[in-house]
Amino acid sequence: MSEAASTAGLFDCRDAYAQTLLALAESDPRIVAVVNDSVGSSKLNGFRTRFPERLINVGIAEQTLVGVGAGLANGGKIPFVSGAACFLTARALEQIKADIAYSRANVKLCGISSGVAYGELGPTHHSIEDLAWLRPMANLTVIVPSDPWETAEAIKAAAALDGPVFVRISRMPTPALERATPRFEIGKAEILRTGHDVALIANGVMVHRALVAAEALARDGIEARVVNLSTLTPLDESAILEAAATGAIVTVEEHSVRGGLGGAVAEVVATRAPCPMRILGFPGFLPTGSAEWLMEHHGLTADGIAQAARGLLAGRG
Amino acid sequence: MSEASQRLENRAARVAERANWIRRSALKMTFDAGQGHPGGDLSAADILAALYFDILRHDPARPDAPDRDRFVMSKGHCTGAFYSVLAAAGFFPQAELSTYLQPLSRLNGHPSRAALPGVETSTGPLGHGLPVAVGIAIAGQIDAAGYRVFVLTGDGELQEGSCWEAAMTAGHRKLDNLTLIVDRNRLQQGALTEDTVALAPLADKWRAFGWDVVEVDGHDPAALLAALEHPGSRPLCVIAATIKGKGVSYMENQAGWHHGCPTPDQYAQALRELAA
Repeated sequence: MSEAASTAGLFDCRDAYAQTLLALAESDPRIVAVVNDSVGSSKLNGFRTRFPERLINVGIAEQTLVGVGAGLANGGKIPFVSGAACFLTARALEQIKADIAYSRANVKLCGISSGVAYGELGPTHHSIEDLAWLRPMANLTVIVPSDPWETAEAIKAAAALDGPVFVRISRMPTPALERATPRFEIGKAEILRTGHDVALIANGVMVHRALVAAEALARDGIEARVVNLSTLTPLDESAILEAAATGAIVTVEEHSVRGGLGGAVAEVVATRAPCPMRILGFPGFLPTGSAEWLMEHHGLTADGIAQAARGLLAGRG
Repeated sequence: MSEASQRLENRAARVAERANWIRRSALKMTFDAGQGHPGGDLSAADILAALYFDILRHDPARPDAPDRDRFVMSKGHCTGAFYSVLAAAGFFPQAELSTYLQPLSRLNGHPSRAALPGVETSTGPLGHGLPVAVGIAIAGQIDAAGYRVFVLTGDGELQEGSCWEAAMTAGHRKLDNLTLIVDRNRLQQGALTEDTVALAPLADKWRAFGWDVVEVDGHDPAALLAALEHPGSRPLCVIAATIKGKGVSYMENQAGWHHGCPTPDQYAQALRELAA
């Protein structure tokens, strides 16, 4: 059993999304939800019951899903457009580019069931390229929350921000992280643990595993800094430079190793503070298997992260 | 002639005069810039003039006023005509039209929502306008707002599947505040639409999707005004039969003038023909 599944109190971040959106809608009539036949998978049944006129279902039509979101924003609404991350991003990528990011439409795109949450359904349903597609888009804020609390904070912050946002929401059972002083701010990394030997930078459901890895490393006398880089755009470059100051960085993401969190960190490290790095993630199209199996198979576990850190430090001499 | 029809005649004459100015302006912009989309500019000129100088409720001083009528230019490559009509309506200085396609100009080859007042959404890639217009119309429906939403697509553009996704949603939701105008010039970039992937029977398609359909001569301002000013209880599709390159003899119905630039002699001839 994995470390995540063995931890008491697991949560589905979609619940945090749906509850927060409903609460926001109670106090702000501009909030609307737009879905592509995904009321259930977005957990928006409660929203539909409470605000039926503000739940717009365009059917199985992702390009129109995103275009309608842009139109609703033009009409003064604050649309939360949610659909499976794999389809929302890939099928409507040009709409996200032209209608949302380039047009600066005040739309909140919520990619649900992201990463490998749909493990057994295969690579067509995995969303492990979405961050690489969206990260280069100017004007688009990209957030990958780590747990239910941060998901709720990200949704509130997205609603308050006047501009386009993508929030990547997992459906994997995820523990709530313990935070000494909880505070979420778009564009600010969260330092969950200080350390000077190596930095572990993670986001999404990998943050919990990075923390467990840091505890294991501490038992070996290696003090790891753990950084939750939940906002990929805009990027907290100072947090990355501080991480680079430890001399070694391991990035961990439930995404392809190309173009996601690791790529974002590497761009900063390579140009401003070169240091050895390991980028942990998925290599490409994946074999079938449950989400947990896929993550274990590809080393995206606390053990895998700790081993990568040890290897990096050994290689550094 | 009755008083009502005399009034319509007067309005149509004003639209025709403005349309002729749009044609001349768009050709000047294209000639000065060395490139553009003159064929579509000329086919859409009467439609744009009818909208901006008669139908639309808009206030260039308040381009984002919540109660404005919206116009979405889905055929975003026809910026010669679109920028001309926006400038003539007062959204930005007409002198700025001379910067078309120049470095750092707001007048990009395709309209930018972020750069230019009066542009409701950035377009250029085809098949984007109708979904956005549907979204605006839904917002208006939720708010019981009085504004109307108009969107202009090309006919070749309707080969994009996103148009039909949005058509289904509009029909399903009975968006009576939404009017689509199809610039039916029967030519796409490289060939006739009907030789490429046929759109016919176009009116039947929209009716089957739950829309009202009116077919008009897209170069007859009186017919356009009559079609555009009376929305029904369902989304309205106005299929405007037009001629690509309308008003310039050597451009009319020529696919080659989808994108291009006249020579100095051709430009002079075009201006003579449009002055006639």
